[in-house]
Amino acid sequence: MEVEGAAHRTPWGDPVRALNKKLVRNLWKLRGQVLAIAIVIASGVAVLVMSLSALQALTETTEAYYERQRFGEVFASVKRAPQRLIEQIRTIPGVRSVDHRIKYLATLSIEGFEEPVIGQLVSIPEGAQPKLNQLVLREGRLVSPGHPDEVVLSEPFADAHGMQPGDSFQALMNSNLRTLTVVGVALSPEYVYTIGPGALMPDDHRFGVMWIGREALEAAYDLDGAFNDLSLGLLHGTNPQDVIERLDQLLERYGGTGAIPRAEQISNWFLMNEIEMQKTMSTILPTIFLAVAAFLSNMVLGRLIATDRSEIGLMKAFGYSNRQVGWHYAKLVMAMAGVGIILGWAAGAWLGRVNTEIYAEFYRFPLLIFRPDPGVFAIGAMVSLIAALAGSLGAVRRAANLPPAEAMMPPAPPLYRKTRISGSRFILWLDQPTRIILRQIVRAPFKALFTSIGIACSVAVMIMALQWLDSIEKIVDVFFHDAQRQDMMVGLVETQSDTTLLEFRRMPGVLAAEPMRAASVEFHAGTRTHRGAIEGIPDDPQLQRVYDAGGRVVQLPPEGLLLSTALAEKLNLDIGDRVQVDVLEGRRPKRTIPVVDLYETYIGMTAYMNIDAFNRMMGERGSLEYVTLLVDDSRLPALYKELKALPKVAAVTLKDAAVREFNKTMAETILIYISFFAAFACALGFGVVYNSTRIALSERGRELATLRVLGFHRGEISYILLGEAGLLILVGLPLGVLTGAGLGWFMTSAMDSELYRIPLVIKASTNAIAVLVTLAATLLSAAVVRNRLDHLDLIAVLKTRE
Amino acid sequence: MSPSIKAEQQSITLEGRSLTKTYHTGAVDVHALRGVDISLYEGELVVLLGPSGSGKSTLLNILGGLDSPSSGRVRFRDTEITDGDESVLTHYRRFHVGFVFQFYNLIPSLTASENVSLVTEIATDPMDPAEALTLVGLGERLGHFPAQLSGGEQQRVAIARAIAKRPDVLLCDEPTGALDSETGILVLEAIERVNRELGTTTAVITHNTVIGEMADRVIHFGDGHVVSSERNATRRAAGELSW
Ligand SMILES: Nc1ncnc2c1ncn2[C@@H]1O[C@H](COP(=O)(O)OP(=O)(O)O)[C@@H](O)[C@H]1O
Ligand SMILES: [Mg+2]
Repeated sequence: MEVEGAAHRTPWGDPVRALNKKLVRNLWKLRGQVLAIAIVIASGVAVLVMSLSALQALTETTEAYYERQRFGEVFASVKRAPQRLIEQIRTIPGVRSVDHRIKYLATLSIEGFEEPVIGQLVSIPEGAQPKLNQLVLREGRLVSPGHPDEVVLSEPFADAHGMQPGDSFQALMNSNLRTLTVVGVALSPEYVYTIGPGALMPDDHRFGVMWIGREALEAAYDLDGAFNDLSLGLLHGTNPQDVIERLDQLLERYGGTGAIPRAEQISNWFLMNEIEMQKTMSTILPTIFLAVAAFLSNMVLGRLIATDRSEIGLMKAFGYSNRQVGWHYAKLVMAMAGVGIILGWAAGAWLGRVNTEIYAEFYRFPLLIFRPDPGVFAIGAMVSLIAALAGSLGAVRRAANLPPAEAMMPPAPPLYRKTRISGSRFILWLDQPTRIILRQIVRAPFKALFTSIGIACSVAVMIMALQWLDSIEKIVDVFFHDAQRQDMMVGLVETQSDTTLLEFRRMPGVLAAEPMRAASVEFHAGTRTHRGAIEGIPDDPQLQRVYDAGGRVVQLPPEGLLLSTALAEKLNLDIGDRVQVDVLEGRRPKRTIPVVDLYETYIGMTAYMNIDAFNRMMGERGSLEYVTLLVDDSRLPALYKELKALPKVAAVTLKDAAVREFNKTMAETILIYISFFAAFACALGFGVVYNSTRIALSERGRELATLRVLGFHRGEISYILLGEAGLLILVGLPLGVLTGAGLGWFMTSAMDSELYRIPLVIKASTNAIAVLVTLAATLLSAAVVRNRLDHLDLIAVLKTRE
Repeated sequence: MSPSIKAEQQSITLEGRSLTKTYHTGAVDVHALRGVDISLYEGELVVLLGPSGSGKSTLLNILGGLDSPSSGRVRFRDTEITDGDESVLTHYRRFHVGFVFQFYNLIPSLTASENVSLVTEIATDPMDPAEALTLVGLGERLGHFPAQLSGGEQQRVAIARAIAKRPDVLLCDEPTGALDSETGILVLEAIERVNRELGTTTAVITHNTVIGEMADRVIHFGDGHVVSSERNATRRAAGELSW
């Protein structure tokens, strides 16, 4: 070895040529392991970069879209207000622009689609863009003056029905059946998430938004010179709450139900909820992942370098300083980590873009901003590098601190003693190779434990990712199947009297019909408030039951409120407490109502009340706004036909369709993201197992070669190495299943939002998949190591001193 | 070299013919063996002497089925082992050959007797491990782990391990290389005893000429060739040697 250069150069960055050659050769010799470690590091970095860059892109794209299309900042609806009111609204301090319009729901008949479809009609000026909430025209043109039957369809709806400019369909508008002709297809920032009344997920087949000329709608609904919906743009820095207060005062006498800020606008609320969920996922999952990857690379590199201790002794014997030796290995580790980091950056940036594109397509953003923050890349690199260096330099320091002579000796003479296990009668039953395996583990239990922990981590991360599928399935089961008995819910145009129920009961195929009421309300409890809704349902409902997620049908008391546990928690209420309820509709009564019971639900945070008590509170007699139906499938066509012709019908929600849409939405968003995680978890598992086995191989090469010389077959010596790995895996797998449950619990609790509470459910099959995938990764790496064992150079090993 | 009368009477246990071995490393080819003919006769103790780098180990490894020659043949009794695949070689090592190396290569996690059992468990008609260890003078140290034994003791465990399966051939590559002379002699005594009491055909590599005196025959090796082969009139007991 060349010593020249070592004595008179500083360690930092200086080319110590002989060492650098050794470095490159070492890297090349270890290329299999370098790659496996790089994969572990790359997985951690990639997951972080992917998640955070996608999240950032999603947020920035949304903001840019809102900005460009002038998405309103305050929204309000009224029954009917004169246009002259606009002048007054403009004078509210902070208001920059006001857009007033007419919005109605209409039942549509579309050829070739049997079920009733609900259209959200929104007015726009003829031949011009509205001032706020401007459309992005994707096809055709806007409506032109003098053509009251022209309509611009929202793109998702048009796509769902395959409609294009030139096509036409029928709409029941204010009891008149009209034929509308499509002239354009557009997108709007107001309907990114096009969610029908009472629905949870967009259903582009059954609910769609369409824009019609203002004059056409004024005429159809007798709203000449009037409006029923408002959208405001605010001056920069204005608090929307101040504007809302003033606005509500102005609108109250026109049947205003309370203005809402952008944050509560339905499409935006859903979108923000989703982004919020993404945010939780993109911070927690990758953090766990990066930590696991860092831990694993730390452990693997530490062991790898420990096998190099005699070389470290040799270098020191030649006069290299501890610093030079340390710097040499630091370079080795940085080179390995560097490969991983670069791989991780590339994969992460690419997948981040793919992920963003998937979201952009799902939400149909007309633009896409993908500008990943360099900080994200830097964080991933730093964490990985520090973890790798810390793990390996600890091992280097331990070796470098030894006197060179000692370091060159075989690593701490493995002194085996008779322990209780090794001396017991039990061991007499075992053949020698099995004794070798057991003694090896007993002698270095921590090393063995690390391998098991590494395997446990990869199993756990995979379970944490896959567990989502189970949780979502559980939500669907409980929310749609266990709780809801009805097939269909029909929303009515206005509050109707009791007799409507009889009308529905007489319809073809209707087996049962129950009334329901709903009103927007504001809950106040101390300093806490929540804007939501109360649903009124009958005594002992058969269809719309209140179902506790724990598996219990909750009895509805004749008086008082039944709150979801999530809402009770938000308002800090318990059974027996009283809550102030400000109804935002009708006569806008204000009441203080006791909380009589709580129930747990995974979706939303609805409050329930007996429908009679509800009506008394509203000061109305026997009325309803929704009808829930149980129907005979064979009579559906006839029922649909009647529903389409009934002017009172404003919305029809089908349970089966809702379940389908729910699953579809989940599949298009969360599940894609999850599958990336699962893939990375596999890579992690493979990297860990491969490295531990490879390191074990280099630690034990001599022993194994000796056995070969003694006449052991390849299979027999593989048994020693792989048998040990197998035993450690056997310990690691159940540990991983337990840890996975822990991580899953942590993840799902962190994901709680107003829209969702995610239950922790891990099916046996999920554990099995994680275990099997890890086993497959293990088998794959075992095969690689086995191949190495088969080409073990017996003579080279024996020639050298241990 | 004409075979002696005694040699004619004895059968050949292990035989190498026209063995060559060339290592292709880097720019130059290293010719470790350049055409070696060698026969080991039933029950004899042969010492191979030669300078370092002359190809002794290469030859022994090829004879023992650890390596294959570039050309030439190796025959064990009636079996051609050069043509054999990996499993033939493993079978040969497992049932017929015992190796002893300069470095003892004991399994650190197994006791002396377990190291021996490693071999007896897979052999057809082995000795009792205790018997093998007694033969090398370690009957008292059965339960010791390698780390608890001296170098000479470890080497004797290695010998016990090599002979416990009653091999037909015992091949020793510088068995005393790492030991002082006193300890070395203990090890040679063990080898001598095995050869005498079990009749195991034995080859010992060394660069120590004194050790040649305990052999039936001394083969001098140099630069990949057999330089000479001479028969000792009498074998000196290993205990009488000194260096
Ligand atoms: N694996 C190998 N690769 C290249 N050359 C080797 C190898 N093994 C041995 N040699 C060379 O072959 C020659 C003979 O080596 P060896 O049989 O070990 O000699 P001896 O045992 O007599 O000292 C030496 O020149 C050595 O350098
Ligand atoms: Mg040699």
